[in-house]
Formats: sequence, C-alpha cells, structure tokens
Amino acid sequence: MSDNPTKAAAVPVLEARGIAKAFGPVEVLTDISLRVMPGEVHAIIGENGAGKSTLMKLLSGHLQPTRGTVAMDGEPVSFAGPVDAEHRGLVLVHQEILLAPDLTVAQNIFMGRELKRGLMVNDREMNRQSAEAVQSLGADIDPTTQISRLSIARRQLVQIARALQVPHRVVIFDEPTASLTPFETEALLKVIRDLRDRGVAILYISHRLPEVGAIADRITVLRDGKLIATREASELQPVDMARLMVGRDMSKLYPEREDTASHQNVLEVQNFDVPGYARDASFTLRKGEILGFAGLIGAGRTELLEGIVGLRTGHGEVKLNGNPVKFKTVRDSMAAGIVYLSEDRKGKGLLLAQDLRTNLTLATLEKFTRGPLIERKREDNSLDKAITDFDIRARRRDLLAGQLSGGNQQKLLLAKMMLLEPSIVIIDEPTRGIDIGTKEQIYKFIADLAKAGKSVIVISSEMQELIGICHRILVMRSSRIVGEVTGEAMTEDEIVVYATGVKINEAELYSAGNA
Amino acid sequence: MTDTKTITDTRGFGRKLADLDKTAVAPFLALAALFVLGALVNPNFLSIDNLLNVLTRSSFIAIIAIGATFVISAGGLDLSVGSMAALVAGIMILFLNSGAIDGDMAMLATGIVVAIGVGALAGLLNGAVITIGKIEPFIVTLGTMAIFRSVTVWLADGGSIAMKSIAMRNMFRPVYTGVFLGLPIPVWVIIAAGLLGAFILYKTSFGRHVIAVGSNEDVAKYSGIHVNRVRAMTYIIQGICVAIAVVVYVPRLGAATTTTGMLWELQAITAVVIGGTALRGGVGRIWGTICGAFMLEIVGNIMVLSNIVSEYLIGAVQGTIIIIAMLVQRTLQKKK
Repeated sequence: MSDNPTKAAAVPVLEARGIAKAFGPVEVLTDISLRVMPGEVHAIIGENGAGKSTLMKLLSGHLQPTRGTVAMDGEPVSFAGPVDAEHRGLVLVHQEILLAPDLTVAQNIFMGRELKRGLMVNDREMNRQSAEAVQSLGADIDPTTQISRLSIARRQLVQIARALQVPHRVVIFDEPTASLTPFETEALLKVIRDLRDRGVAILYISHRLPEVGAIADRITVLRDGKLIATREASELQPVDMARLMVGRDMSKLYPEREDTASHQNVLEVQNFDVPGYARDASFTLRKGEILGFAGLIGAGRTELLEGIVGLRTGHGEVKLNGNPVKFKTVRDSMAAGIVYLSEDRKGKGLLLAQDLRTNLTLATLEKFTRGPLIERKREDNSLDKAITDFDIRARRRDLLAGQLSGGNQQKLLLAKMMLLEPSIVIIDEPTRGIDIGTKEQIYKFIADLAKAGKSVIVISSEMQELIGICHRILVMRSSRIVGEVTGEAMTEDEIVVYATGVKINEAELYSAGNA
Repeated sequence: MTDTKTITDTRGFGRKLADLDKTAVAPFLALAALFVLGALVNPNFLSIDNLLNVLTRSSFIAIIAIGATFVISAGGLDLSVGSMAALVAGIMILFLNSGAIDGDMAMLATGIVVAIGVGALAGLLNGAVITIGKIEPFIVTLGTMAIFRSVTVWLADGGSIAMKSIAMRNMFRPVYTGVFLGLPIPVWVIIAAGLLGAFILYKTSFGRHVIAVGSNEDVAKYSGIHVNRVRAMTYIIQGICVAIAVVVYVPRLGAATTTTGMLWELQAITAVVIGGTALRGGVGRIWGTICGAFMLEIVGNIMVLSNIVSEYLIGAVQGTIIIIAMLVQRTLQKKK
C-alpha cells in the first residue's frame, strides 16, 4: 500500500494500535496508540513503572502484546523476536549494557554478524569500521580494547554503535543518558539529531525532562500503564511534563519533612576505602536523620556502603555510637543493628523462586526456631503481620516472591530486613521499578523510621526523590564524596554540579546541536 | 482422572490437582509405570523376594544420593562419590585388618566410626577447596575423583583389600544380609537416612539455608547467611552418606577392589535428578531421590529378567534415563 511515494510521507513508519500487555492477571500497559513518523524524534516520558520500557519491548519484538497490533508502514506486523524486528530496520538500544565484557569493542560491535574473508574473520576490517562507528558518535575508543576496561558511559556508546551497525529506519533509545555526563549526553544528542535529519524515526525514552525538551519533536506521556497525552514538544515546558507524568501535585508525593534529626552521631565513617570503587570516604549519620547519597551510576555509592556493612572488602574507621567497629561479614553489621537493602531486589534481595514466608524469615531464621526445628506456625504469624504492616498485596499467600509486582517485592524486602530490628537502615534505590502509589508508601515508611528515632541512608539516582525526603545529601563522583548539600541548597542543579564536576549552562548545552 | 467424577466437589479437587507440583509427583508416577512394565515382562518381578532384593541392592546408591541431594540442591555437584566409596571401604578394611583394638565387636564398631570419619574428611576436603579456593565443584570433584581412586589402587597394590578375619566377616555380614521386622537391614538404613535427611532439609534452618544458597547465592549472602559454611557442610554430609553406604557395602563382599564404586557418581546424580531435584539448585527432594535410586535398580532388574535388552547395556540405559529425566523436568517447569 505504501508504494506511492507521495503518500508514504504521511504514513507512520511505526505505529501502535491499541496495544496492551498483561503479565499474569496484572495489566501493565493498557490500550496504547502511537504513531512515529520518519524524521521525527518522538519522546516517551513517564515515571519509573509507568510502562515505558514494556512499551518499547512490545514495539521492538522483545515481548508480544496481549491485545492490539503493531504496524510498520501502515501494515500490521508481528515480530517473531528482536532479530526479526532488526531485519525490518527497527533497532532498540537497551538501557542495560548487554555486551560481552571479555571481548573487544570491535568483536562486540560485530558479534553475530562478523565480517569474513574466506573462512576467517576479518579483524582488520571490523576494527576499521568499529573505529569509524565509534568516532561518528563523538568518542575516541580503540576498537581492540576489552569492554571490561571501559567506563560504563563508554560501554553505552559501544552499545549504541553496535545497534546502529544494522540498517535502521527506527531507532529506540531506552534511557540512553542514565549513566552519561553532560558532555557525553551532548554528543549523543547530536548523533540523534543527525539520525533524524537522515530521515530515521527515533523513539526516545527518558525521564530527564530538560533533555527531552531539547531533543524531542513530539512527546508522549505515560502514567500507570496508560497513555495520558501526545503533544508537540514546543507546547510543553518541563513543568507541564512533570505534572502530566505524576498526575498530581508533586508535593503530595513526599511526606511532610520533619526535623527528626538529632545532634547525636550514630555512625561515623572516617577515610573509608573500597578498592576500585570508593576512596577516602568520611561522613557521619545522626540519630533520626535521613541521609541521601547522590551521584551518577558507577560513582561508587553502592560499593562504599556495601563495603561499610561487610559485603565487600573495605578499610577505614567506622564508629557506631562512638565505639570503633569492624564488620567482617554482613552478619556482623546485622547483629550491630545495621541493615542494607540492595538496589538489585531480584538478584540480591529476594529468592524469586521461593514463597513469601521463606523470603520473609530468611535473614532471621534463628528467631523462628526451637532447637534445630523451624516453627512454621510462628513464621506464618509473622507473615500475616508483615502483610498487614507493610500492605503487601498478594492474591494468595503461597505465591512465589517472583510473582509479586516490583512494589510488593520491595515491601516484602523491607519487611524481611525490619525483622532484624535495625537502628540504621540503608536503602539502595528504594523506588526503582515501583509504581507511584507504592512510592508514596515507601517514602512515608522511611519518614516514619526517622520519626521513630532510627537513622536512614538512601542511595538514589532520582534526585527529586532525594531532595523530597532527605535532611542532607552527600554527592559522590568517581569514587569520592565530593559535596554535601542541605536545606535550601538541595536542588537538582546543585547536585548535578557536584555529581559531574562541571558547572554547565543548560541552555548552552542543549542548543549546541541545533546549529 | 475419571475418578474425579465420583467426588462431589470436583472443582476443589481439580484445583488441588492443578496445585500439585508436577515435578514432585512425576518420579512416583514413573516408578508405578515401571512396576506395571516389570509385571508384564516377568510375573516373578512382583514377588516379595525379588522386590526386597531390588530394594537391598539399591541401598548404596540411595544412601549416597541422599547426600547428593544436599549438594545439588545447594547448587553444587560431587563427582567423587564413587572413588570416595572405594577409598573409605579400603581404609576401613585396612583398619579392621590392623587388629588395633582387642575384641572383634569393639573393632567393628571403631571401624564404622573410622569409615564415617574418613568420609566426613573427604567431604570436607571437597567443600574446603570449592569454597576457599573458589573453584567450580565440577573441576574440584573431578580432581578428587582421580585422587581418591588412585590412592585406593595404591593402598590395594593394584589388587583388592579383603577382610582377613573370618570371624569378623561373619559378625559383620548381617548388616547386609540380615532381616529385621521382615525388612532387610539395608532397607532400614535407607529409611533412617531418608527420615534424617528429610528432617534436616525440610525442618531445620540449615536445610532452609541450603535451599536459599542453591536458589540464589547472592540473596543468601545479602541475608547474612554464611554461604561458604553451608556449601562446605553439604559436601561433608555427602561424605558421611558415602561412608554409611560403605558400611552397608563392605559386609556384602568383605573386600574393596580397584573397581569398587565405579560409576556410582553417575547413578547417584541420576537418582537425584530423576527424583525431581533441580540440577541448578534451589529445590531438593529427598523422597524423590530415594524413589529415583529404586527406579535405576528396577530398570536393571527388568533388563535381567526380560532378555529384551542385553544387561551389558545397563550403563547406556541409565545414561539415557538421566537425559530423558532432564527433558521431562524442563518441560514440566515450562508449563508451570
């Protein structure tokens, strides 16, 4: 039907027609209709858990919609998988880094489609083309370098270079700038503009609103799995975008900030090193305080705190309530009343293939045993209490942890760690992948902990979240604590300055590529 | 399933049926199918004598496989159990021949303690190298498999190690041939080991930790579980189980040879896997394992009784069974 070249311009290259996706009984995406035109940058914005990534996976063949159809050039298509989608010119640049760490840049870029000369791979040609591809992204990386020796940002660029090796008409970027510095972001936005000018359709997912405003032609807002609006970018200011994304007054998301922090130091850390990740870190945590750790991905926040609680090798002075302590294993820090909730809920927090009861009591089994015997009755009582106290919503009690939604998994993990009756709670990315309703509950829970005289450390990549709930924020960059912001100074701009090490003029940055 | 019609609340029953973990039930259904097959092939198969004989002969593998259930459900693997059995048997008999203690009874009792001690130490060696050295269990136990076998051959000077004292042999023999309350002693040993194994794995916090470590080592670590200690302990339990199997095995022939325990690792792992334990860890089924050990022995028994397939091909049949069992497990899990 799209043979006629005059008509082709008006036909969307990629289109979603009322698509929906359910995982089990939970519908995570409902009736999304979307048209992406050639030569357009179409941004998809929404909170974590709004369904952005699911939508992208549906459009790129990684998942099949439960309802509705995907169309290319006006024709319904059903991708057998991502490879099939790539053959049709549709590529997805993943948010996570999916590269083989032991192979070189060139080997990764050409993985699965190696250039050959006779029977042998043509390394020289692949290296040459890889160098070109990387250079066109504004980076200078030796194509024979092993991926494992590159920074996260550079790996991201290699991944983009790999995606663009395929002949492409639609490119989907899933949060491509999450781990990039402003300069790297700028280079990437320029690449995207070049692609657009060549007539490629771009789907751009992000929740960094100024960036979206700078790059997008049209913007679609998702919230709770539903399409809220599709607008011309020129009509929307970042403030309007935020309002559409959240769907309510932002200030209500966070509990009233109370001055619960006392002057009593409960945790003092002096010159703490975690080899390869954190250097010379010193900070204090007060009773009743909520302390934030901000920084870019890879700045060493997670590793520093894992080092302090004994999950990694680390050296330095740690004082708990004024007494020097040394935690050799995480068991020691738990016994001392410190718990750490991993950012990687599915990989390090919960046993996804086990039921709720097993997960709940795993860290505190000794409290549920008489002699060598586990008392299942008491475990069940404890689960009842956890389900009520933490508002864990499970259809059935015998569900596996992996069958819960992200929000309920986080509540279960909280319940599990709170059984240790800690006085210091460290939560890494507390609301990652969680719907907005649960977010509010978790913020309130954190505030209540502080009110009850406990101390909380929150590590987060969501600056708004840190600003919303913390009394004080420390910023890390390249393994070091580089700044502290409190009170009025707790703004996104101020944090970004410390996190990236550069004071940037935003207007300058985003106009650079428009020339 | 036509029986469900006679039950009034068919929906409730159907639901319960659907809730049943198919991987847990499958081995018992397979065992029942083997009984039918056996009866069809040879009417003698279902005789009490034949069945008790089969049970008795399956005891070595069943007991060793109970230990293997711990190792495998914690995400490990032990290829050294066959060689370990030969080594433990060799050292036990050498001790019995040494005459270190007065009185045959005291000697035998101490010999059993020595066997269990050697088994536990051999298991500790496997566990320590795997956890402290951070080496793949496959490689470590492949190495110790060769080491244990070779040391046994050396101790036996290339031949066999036999019990010298006829009196002691006669005293020891009932452990294999004896009958108590109508059941052969080795069957009682299986039952006792099974009960103890099931108690430890299902009812104690250690058992819960084994499953947690096999399910996801990182989650276990972040929950404050001493992962290395738990993993090493499963290898020690494996070693003790091997030693118990040896205590039942030695009175049968009164000797250990260079081929004692050959391919037992294959049979033990097969029994565990066809019993429904996941090879990737996180699921352990003691009774399924014992059922799996019976099945292996019954297959051999049917082959002997039937003449359809040469009994020399028993290894090939057992090898085929483990592959098919994995395929079935995979399919059942996908459907879940």
